[in-house]
Amino acid sequence: MTTELLKTEGLSKRFGALAAVDGVNLTLPSGRLTAVIGPNGAGKTTLINLITGSLLPDAGQVYFKGEAITRLASHQRTRKGLSRSFQLMNIFSRLTVLQNVLLPVLSRHGSTLKPLARVDDQAKAVAEAGQILKEVGLWEVQLHPAGALSHGDQRLLELGIAIAPAPELCFLDEPSAGLTPVERAAVLGLIRKLAVERRTTFVIVEHDMDVVFSLSDWIVVMNRGRLLAEGPPSLIRENLEVREVYLGEELSA
Amino acid sequence: MADRSPRRLTALVGLLVLALFLLPWVVGRYSVYLAIQILILSVFSLGFNLLFGYTGLLSFGQAGFFGIGAYACAKILLAVPNLFLGLGGGVAAAGVAAVVLGFLSVRHTRIYFSMLTLAFGMMVFSIAWKWRDFTGGDDGLVGIPRAPLEIPGLWSLSVATQERYYYVVLVVSLLAIWAMYRLVHSPLGLTLQAIRDSESRAEFAGVPVRTYRLIAFTIAGLYAGLAGALLTPLENTVTPPIAHWSTSAEPVLATLLGGVHVFGGPIVGAFLFFMLKDIIVRFTQYWLIWLGAIVVALVMGFRGGVASIFARR
Amino acid sequence: MDAIAFQGLIGLSMAMYLWLISAGLTIIFGVLRIINFAHGSLFMMGAYLAFTFYGQLGLPFWLAILLSLLGVGLLGLVMERGFLRRIYGIDEAYQLLLTFGFILILDDAVKIIWGGVFKIPAIPPFLDGAWRVFGRPFPVYNAFVIAVGVAVAVGLWALFEKTWWGRIVRATASDREMANAIGVNVPRVFSGVFVFGSMLAALGGALGTPVRVVAPGIGAAMIIQAFIITVIGGLGNLKGAFVASLIVGILSAYGTLFFPVFELFLIFAIMAVVLLLRPQGLFAR
Repeated sequence: MTTELLKTEGLSKRFGALAAVDGVNLTLPSGRLTAVIGPNGAGKTTLINLITGSLLPDAGQVYFKGEAITRLASHQRTRKGLSRSFQLMNIFSRLTVLQNVLLPVLSRHGSTLKPLARVDDQAKAVAEAGQILKEVGLWEVQLHPAGALSHGDQRLLELGIAIAPAPELCFLDEPSAGLTPVERAAVLGLIRKLAVERRTTFVIVEHDMDVVFSLSDWIVVMNRGRLLAEGPPSLIRENLEVREVYLGEELSA
Repeated sequence: MADRSPRRLTALVGLLVLALFLLPWVVGRYSVYLAIQILILSVFSLGFNLLFGYTGLLSFGQAGFFGIGAYACAKILLAVPNLFLGLGGGVAAAGVAAVVLGFLSVRHTRIYFSMLTLAFGMMVFSIAWKWRDFTGGDDGLVGIPRAPLEIPGLWSLSVATQERYYYVVLVVSLLAIWAMYRLVHSPLGLTLQAIRDSESRAEFAGVPVRTYRLIAFTIAGLYAGLAGALLTPLENTVTPPIAHWSTSAEPVLATLLGGVHVFGGPIVGAFLFFMLKDIIVRFTQYWLIWLGAIVVALVMGFRGGVASIFARR
Repeated sequence: MDAIAFQGLIGLSMAMYLWLISAGLTIIFGVLRIINFAHGSLFMMGAYLAFTFYGQLGLPFWLAILLSLLGVGLLGLVMERGFLRRIYGIDEAYQLLLTFGFILILDDAVKIIWGGVFKIPAIPPFLDGAWRVFGRPFPVYNAFVIAVGVAVAVGLWALFEKTWWGRIVRATASDREMANAIGVNVPRVFSGVFVFGSMLAALGGALGTPVRVVAPGIGAAMIIQAFIITVIGGLGNLKGAFVASLIVGILSAYGTLFFPVFELFLIFAIMAVVLLLRPQGLFAR
């Protein structure tokens, strides 16, 4: 039984004369792994920023599970079940790997404001954070400072932090950027696994077409701030407009 | 920030605390006076570092709250000579001011925040200097009694001697240090550090960043106010320079000296600060230029402070 | 009514000192993205140097100003090249701490080198006297200061809009990596801008020599006012800095007239209101 998790209506954002996102109407049902693709400057990251609250739109609305969240602060959207990872590495570099994941968990439990309790005593939260680390494969390095991890491990940590608030809808901005093929396979397998086990609906922004076509149930194509096309991979592959936009480079399959 | 050998460290701290309690029996009057100053600066600096080292906010205006704590305590003690009230009132006044000024300041980026703290700190200084009728202007307030600890009608303990007052400051400081220790190792402490490392990531972890920054700012203000309130009965006078930006520089230097990212850094730094000041002031009246030179030297080459020497094991 | 208009003119001349120091601060921030907390101290050094050359050594006024600009420019160069440049890559908090250390050093340095407070030297004869404006004597020197301030405003506009150097600076300000890629020597532009901004501050200090007291502590007072102007006008916004300087200068003048005790507080109150209602500044884009 799928629900309509996210809906945007006429979402727009301009930077000066440039319409980074121009009247986007998007619907995302639960349980469907969606990839958002498009050439550079198509507005993909801006769209994510608008939906997750990093930016406020000039026009349009965003609905999450039927509720208007258009002007809510990011942390409030996270509380409602929306989360994201970042294109540029964004982890708590001085904290340990465990603490990185522990924070969102504590936040979800509402335990962050206890000034005299000990972090180590929050047994339930610590256990949950440990579980997440096991799932992403970082259990061994949990006491290392996050900044000391390899690039690939940091990407895994990003993923771990993104799913730690137990979101229903999770946006991943280029989750495999800068990874070796082996690391990439690991991350993607992980996303698939998490989608099933945690019943999280993932939306990934990606440039790598192999990733996109092998992983996603649905593809959304953006160009110049507008939604060009959307559909299952097979249909998108055949779509002439989409091929044209990409000048046949990456769709040579 | 994991302790490598918690048992050894706890034993060391225990010994230190014992030594502090025995201090007046072992050293002379001047050294006890110095020890009180060091304890006060430790409290002041711990508050500052909660903001800087743990939350990533650099405040150049903490002396404003230090001054408010000192003046509030003074006004109270001149009216009602009860040390509990004086200290409590000083802390409360500083806390209220911190909430108000913090609200205006924490919604901004870090550079802007630092600028605002300098401006607001000096605003407090200007008020202390100009509002003659209330603060005594540049003459300040004098004749402030070293009031007794008193529960009216029930119990009263005189702390008029410096020795007795030392114990008051020692107990209060130890409590404040213990509370700060618990705080930075709590979920709140973890949240503040996360905000320092990545504000945007913290937002997406569900943390209302501005609110938590305001909490940190308020606590720092409370600690500064406590330090100021503790100073008033020691010196028996309060004058505007305690709210000046050059006073704001003291916890900054102490923290840089001792180590920004170590809990005990500000305390070690407070000790070093007074050792250095004691030496320098014997040779020249121009202490600020040396303070500035040390800050510059630390920033250019020694950002980890003394603690970084020990960390390179 | 005349009294009010007259006081407004006085405020206008006061505003020009604020404008000169704020302009320098704004330009440096716009390009280097750093705030030099010691910028007020540079203003103060400009005042002290000009005072020494004009008031103590008796050099011609224009020469004294020129020499003080050069002196402070050199000081700015040392600050940027010798210190700030080495810590560009690290946490910006340390850049602020460094410049804060500079304030401490410079504030005591002037006490060591020059000692205490001095007598104000005489206004140069060709700028002395007063004009009858709104029925009161308006000092010619104040009009001179206003003229300089406006000339600087126009000059800066022309510099950044019309000249080759101005265009390079603007390019570096908006995207330093891009500027570097097209061959701009970014470190040199940084030094140049820092020195330029420092000299503007020095000009403000130097201009005050025949009419304002030279004393330690004026640096700190000026940097606070410059910060307030930056808050009101918007960080990095030159036009905003100009208008905000006018606002603060003129309102201070009225404050001194009508609410002498709380005149300083009035400025902070305005800043607080702007912070509450329009935190990005009145003129931010």
